[in-house]
Amino acid sequence: MPIVRVDKDLENHTMTVVAEYDAPVERVWRLYADPRRLERFWGPPTWPATVVDHDLSPGGRVTYFMTGPDGEKSAGYWDVLEVEAPRRFVVDDGFADDSGQPNAKMPTTRMQFEFDERGDGGTTMVVVSTFASTEAMAQLLEMGMEDGMREAMGQIDGVLADGG
Amino acid sequence: MVVGLRNAPQIDRVFHALADATRRDIVRTVLVQEHSVSALARRYPMSFAAVQKHVAVLEEAGLVTKQRRGRESLVRGDIDRMREARDALDALERMWRDRVAQMDRILAEDP
Repeated sequence: MPIVRVDKDLENHTMTVVAEYDAPVERVWRLYADPRRLERFWGPPTWPATVVDHDLSPGGRVTYFMTGPDGEKSAGYWDVLEVEAPRRFVVDDGFADDSGQPNAKMPTTRMQFEFDERGDGGTTMVVVSTFASTEAMAQLLEMGMEDGMREAMGQIDGVLADGG
Repeated sequence: MVVGLRNAPQIDRVFHALADATRRDIVRTVLVQEHSVSALARRYPMSFAAVQKHVAVLEEAGLVTKQRRGRESLVRGDIDRMREARDALDALERMWRDRVAQMDRILAEDP
């Protein structure tokens, strides 16, 4: 299983995901650096993502929207803060309105991605998401609880539950 | 349960309540067995008033209920509300498990 560990910390409102891939760092990096690859995994199965703008460089912005089963759209963006290809990048992930403009009323989540080469040629990915507050963490969870997403996530859970 | 999760202000309060180590310990304690506020207060190196305040935060979040018995207030944990909080956190985890699994698939298909 590619997932090694997920730690959720309410006190510090962070979540840390550690995953192992049997692929070199450059190939894992390319999943984020190439918008056509990024959109293949960023959205949940019933809410596929479409990446619109993609400037993964410091000060750049990535914009995307996800399309639900009934055609409804949910837009988001990354403000890119730091990039050290192919090892590390940091973004603020937020919600956007229909025209792709950031929705200032919604909290943003800082996400730090790190990719480290393993001795056997594989890659360890560590993603640390830091929510603005414990309340913001709850608010984002509530957003993710919309019907389609919830069902999709439930299905995936069934597939992965045994693997740990 | 699903309805509860959609209730944003409530889940905010639940997470806020659980973000404190003492409050988490109180919930764990009263889920096992109900305790009076004074019995709880003896367990922690803090004033009765401080423990009472923690209990009030938990009660507002629906994580514990208080029941008057004689001169005492008995505090009891609400397991359903705890499950809701756990389910909400699990949903976040599932979203990432999903992404990671899909990344793995793309890497396998697309050398």
